[in-house]
Amino acid sequence: MLSALLVMAAIAIVLGAVLGFAAIKFHVEGNPLVDKIDAILPQTQCGQCGYPGCKPYATAIAAGEADINRCPPGGEEGIRKLADLLGVEFKPFGGDTLPKPKSVAFIDENLCIGCTLCIQACPVDAIAGAAKQMHTIIASECTGCELCVAPCPVNCISMVVIEEKITTWKWKYPVYALTPVK
Amino acid sequence: MRTLYQFHGGVHPPTNKAQSARAPIVPAPLPSKLVIPFHQHVGNMAKPLVKAGDRVLKGQLIGMPEDGVSSAVHASTSGTIASIGMEVVAHASGLPDLCATLIPDGKDEWAMHEGMDYRSAADADVRFALRLAGVVGLGGAVYPSDMKLRTGRHKIKSLVLNGAECEPYITCDDRLMRERAAEIIRGAEILRFALDAEEVLVGIEDNKPEAIAAMRQAAAASSDKIEVVAVPTIYPGGGAKQLIRVLTGIEIAAGVRSTEKGVQCFNVATALGIYRAIQFGEPLLSRIVTVTGNVRNAQNFEVLIGTPVNELVALADPLPDTNHYIMGGPMMGIPLPSAQVSVVKATNCIIAASDKLFPPAPPPMPCIRCTRCADACPADLQPQDLYWFAKAKEFGKAQEYHLFDCIECGACSYVCPSHIPLVQYYRFAKSEIWARESEKNAADKARERHEYREYRIEREKQEKADKLAAKEKAAQLAREQAAKPAQSASVPATTDASSEDAVQQKIQAAINHAKQQAASVKPKNIEQLTPRQQAEIAEIEARRAHIRELAQSHVDHPHVDHPKEAP
Repeated sequence: MLSALLVMAAIAIVLGAVLGFAAIKFHVEGNPLVDKIDAILPQTQCGQCGYPGCKPYATAIAAGEADINRCPPGGEEGIRKLADLLGVEFKPFGGDTLPKPKSVAFIDENLCIGCTLCIQACPVDAIAGAAKQMHTIIASECTGCELCVAPCPVNCISMVVIEEKITTWKWKYPVYALTPVK
Repeated sequence: MRTLYQFHGGVHPPTNKAQSARAPIVPAPLPSKLVIPFHQHVGNMAKPLVKAGDRVLKGQLIGMPEDGVSSAVHASTSGTIASIGMEVVAHASGLPDLCATLIPDGKDEWAMHEGMDYRSAADADVRFALRLAGVVGLGGAVYPSDMKLRTGRHKIKSLVLNGAECEPYITCDDRLMRERAAEIIRGAEILRFALDAEEVLVGIEDNKPEAIAAMRQAAAASSDKIEVVAVPTIYPGGGAKQLIRVLTGIEIAAGVRSTEKGVQCFNVATALGIYRAIQFGEPLLSRIVTVTGNVRNAQNFEVLIGTPVNELVALADPLPDTNHYIMGGPMMGIPLPSAQVSVVKATNCIIAASDKLFPPAPPPMPCIRCTRCADACPADLQPQDLYWFAKAKEFGKAQEYHLFDCIECGACSYVCPSHIPLVQYYRFAKSEIWARESEKNAADKARERHEYREYRIEREKQEKADKLAAKEKAAQLAREQAAKPAQSASVPATTDASSEDAVQQKIQAAINHAKQQAASVKPKNIEQLTPRQQAEIAEIEARRAHIRELAQSHVDHPHVDHPKEAP
């Protein structure tokens, strides 16, 4: 009787120690699901989803608070990937959120008064400039989030759709015309 | 006799080479204009060095190679730059790209150029010379040759010269080997020396006996060990990977550089280009182009880079029912977006096409899983599976099935009984995967920048808060110090004082604080002054003291007035 108790107690202590060690050794910082969702999101940080950035939206999705169809820059493809990851049904875009063609912001440098409001709005520091100095967009870093357009007091920022270049051109999906049988 | 290996699959399309292989290479006359794209090679676009209106000489550098993989672009003849702008180029997309339009002056006046002794020059200098000479792979891949000479720490055993020319219709390398074998062999010697290769193998398909004979004769005269090997005629035996496999038995997987396996492969025309660039300092200004197909005089021409295709094909007299042109061969070539585009370094062949010569493909039928494509695939892939994945846009799966080992040779499409444009599906899948990759990289970069920005804002906020706290602490200290003398001096204290008194006290505290600060500030740079300067300072100080005295005597309410407001 006593030996059985001792054996059980010994096993409990050993297993407890192993579990305790594993909890420290394999400790995961943050929610790994949030990072996985964040990896799918396009990182435009545009806030069109109603959250202040991609990470907060990812956190909301992970917590089950947000729908997966709130990210227009990610396109339908993004929704599909999220649906795959989360094991839920694909959901098309709702009324007001629709994907737009990829674009970058453009500052009309003749109109810019150097107020720095757009610099403060840019979520990825893609605008170069200083107070009372002309500002300009660093096009390679611009995510096309449009957050700089609204704050501009002189309306000198416009969005320019990125045109297809030879270097970004993609082979098209083969399509062929069907001819009805006569 | 060398043991030859075989690669899997392959097809035997009608070669149609006889039409253009009969006549010798003819230099094409100077065209009315030359449209020279700045991006003719794999890698970064060359940076334009000239502007509209500039006069340029033949061989003058007009496009500087930029960063890493890139190559130079030159004026193909002397003349005037009419414009630098976007023109439609020989690309499957039909999109415009940056080009220099050069109007020849007819003098064909050379810029200064001189060769180098590659045996005494450093390896890096030879590579740099090739980069500046704009030498790229002329077999069609246009990969900068200087990059291929970077072997790193790998030892090269075999240098393979590719003269197989397996694609139907094309005979530019055939004619080149027949007519300029000696120069090709000189180029091979330079390459062998630069790579420190043990042996040189020239692979030529056995349907080109004259070329083989000419090359053997030239190789026999060389001091290097150069072996000309006749390889069986089979499409795509001229693919670099396939030729390496046939000659050495080594297989090169996708993403692996052949140098890692001790082999490097160059096209014969590239070898000649390298010889001209090193020996004479001549940049790559022209190439041999086969003009064939629906023409009366199919022939090879030596064409200046930038020559408009319509001016070139006019020399071969195209038949009236020609409706479009193909650049490259019928298997891998691309239909040209217009006949106005110019010949580039990749243009090995222009085929005039008509509906009679190349009837439009019948409509594709469903895949019947006959696996004829798998039998034909030279890369040992399962094209039917890849087709399935590409069609369903399951790109991850397609990559798992080694989509990137596909060389897009078109053997699968050629044998498909359902006429499915298989290669189109693979090209679609590949470019889609590349686009996704770059999108993902952009997203990662944006995430990093966003996170850094948030961290920075947080840090600035913290710094501001710290500063404010420090200030408040100092103010508190000053208040306490000010309160002390007030308490000891006046008996009726501040306990029942009005709010005005509190304000007065605060002002007094601030003045005291300012005085303290002023007292604590020591004038700088006064150690090494001349007596005269010291006298001046003393005088100024005395004047200030006098003013202060005057101010004190005139002030009614010393608690209120600030020293500055004194008359």
